[in-house]
Amino acid sequence: MVMKVDPSKKWSGPVRSYDIIKEGVIAVVVVALLAAGLSLFFSSPDEKAVTLKSWANTNAPDFVQTATGELAGTTTSAGYGAPYNHAAKGPTLGPLKLQDWAGVRIPVDPATSFVTEPLAIFNDPAANDAVAAWNAASADQQGKWANAYAEALGKATDAVSVSDTANAFGPVPDMVSALLVMAKTGALDGALTTSDTPLPTNFTKPLLFLADSEGYFGELAAAQHLGGDQWGVMNETGSWPGQSWLWLFSLWYQVEPFKSSGNADTLVMTLMGFLTLCLALFPVFPFIRKLPYKIPIHRLIWKKWYARKL
Amino acid sequence: MSSSTASKNWTARLRKSTLESMEPEDLLPDTQPAYVASWIYVFGVLTIAALVMLIATGLVLTLEGPAWWHVSSVGHFWNSMHLWSVELFFVFMVVHLWGKFWMAAWRGKRTATWVTGVIAFMTSIVTALTGYLIQTNFDSQWIATEAKDGFNAMGIGAFFNTLNTGQAILLHVALLPLVVGVIVVWHILLVRRKGVVPPIDNDATIEGGAF
Repeated sequence: MVMKVDPSKKWSGPVRSYDIIKEGVIAVVVVALLAAGLSLFFSSPDEKAVTLKSWANTNAPDFVQTATGELAGTTTSAGYGAPYNHAAKGPTLGPLKLQDWAGVRIPVDPATSFVTEPLAIFNDPAANDAVAAWNAASADQQGKWANAYAEALGKATDAVSVSDTANAFGPVPDMVSALLVMAKTGALDGALTTSDTPLPTNFTKPLLFLADSEGYFGELAAAQHLGGDQWGVMNETGSWPGQSWLWLFSLWYQVEPFKSSGNADTLVMTLMGFLTLCLALFPVFPFIRKLPYKIPIHRLIWKKWYARKL
Repeated sequence: MSSSTASKNWTARLRKSTLESMEPEDLLPDTQPAYVASWIYVFGVLTIAALVMLIATGLVLTLEGPAWWHVSSVGHFWNSMHLWSVELFFVFMVVHLWGKFWMAAWRGKRTATWVTGVIAFMTSIVTALTGYLIQTNFDSQWIATEAKDGFNAMGIGAFFNTLNTGQAILLHVALLPLVVGVIVVWHILLVRRKGVVPPIDNDATIEGGAF
């Protein structure tokens, strides 16, 4: 006999013995033992954090090149837009300028925040004079100096400074060299983390500066297979399993049209938002909600119950 | 109190929708419908057990601060326990979710149970992300600089700054566990109140096409 029931009504058919508290306690003990076993055997990764100090001491040419790029306005941070500055409108979603509309709520002007402000508190008369000369110049002149020096550094292999034979670099070499000295001592890390509050809890400025590096931060990440083309943030440093909940986000960055899109972040985040909404709305999608009936995996789940009826 | 007065009384309405909507046996049952006999049912309680472990190991990690696990082998062990509990939590939750999908577990006016489960899943992902941001190591630095672009692109980064470790710590340790906890409790109460969805072919409403 097939027993038809209304699933919205309280079950009044046959029952079996059950102890919800005992089940819960056993489950916690099992998971605790599993986690303890995995922890003892595999531990967890802990790749030491990097600093502006370690960057300057490990790859000084890259530090100098990046700092010059901050003055020239050619780094990622310098051209980012909201929420840091007004340098760009940022990615858009059709007519929606979500990034721009949110506004500049975390002001960061890389040339000022990463270079001139820290140098202003650095006890170096030559650096202070160089900053004064920089600040007195027009934006156009500043750009010419910084771009000329960036170009000269780019032509010189692994150089931390280039002689100004044509008198084209202005105060830029002095500023960048002083910033390198400051960074090597660790003073720049302190300056950037305490520029807003004396006790640091916010690492926006040093991390943005580090992320502008092309020859240090990114290469360290690539060595740990954390690059965007290596499934990015889904991976874990070392040989530990990645973050299972991020695979779907990382997946889209590996396939077209997202892979080659300059607007990938907006597209992927929008797609994930849409997919999440779809997941929540499965019960009302006509096709999706019928799938469990058409593909009878429930026959396996309730195998004992169906056998019992026969 | 007249019924119309009672319907406007917030306390009476709360009592009716909570305490009076459920028998004590629904909340703490000692029997189950006979069809609740499959390994797939284990993954719901395993997800809750992993959440209990996450809260317990997280509380241990709060005792000595975010840098403790870098300098202490005991701290590193508890960090490992926390990490592996996260991995187990998501594996169990995803298996539970797929199991419920193939059971069409939203039948019988259980849509809210399904939706609260999806919300719990998504808030857990945000909580896990903030956990990775507060590791205070290279991994957290890289994730913070990568994830910022996604949030900034949607205008969220102006309010949730992945590079602000202090903000991420407070979100991960205080606000988000509270949100996940409330949603999970709500989800469990809905499950207990509505009962476990019966097998599909026992569903009398299938033939009429209604759910």
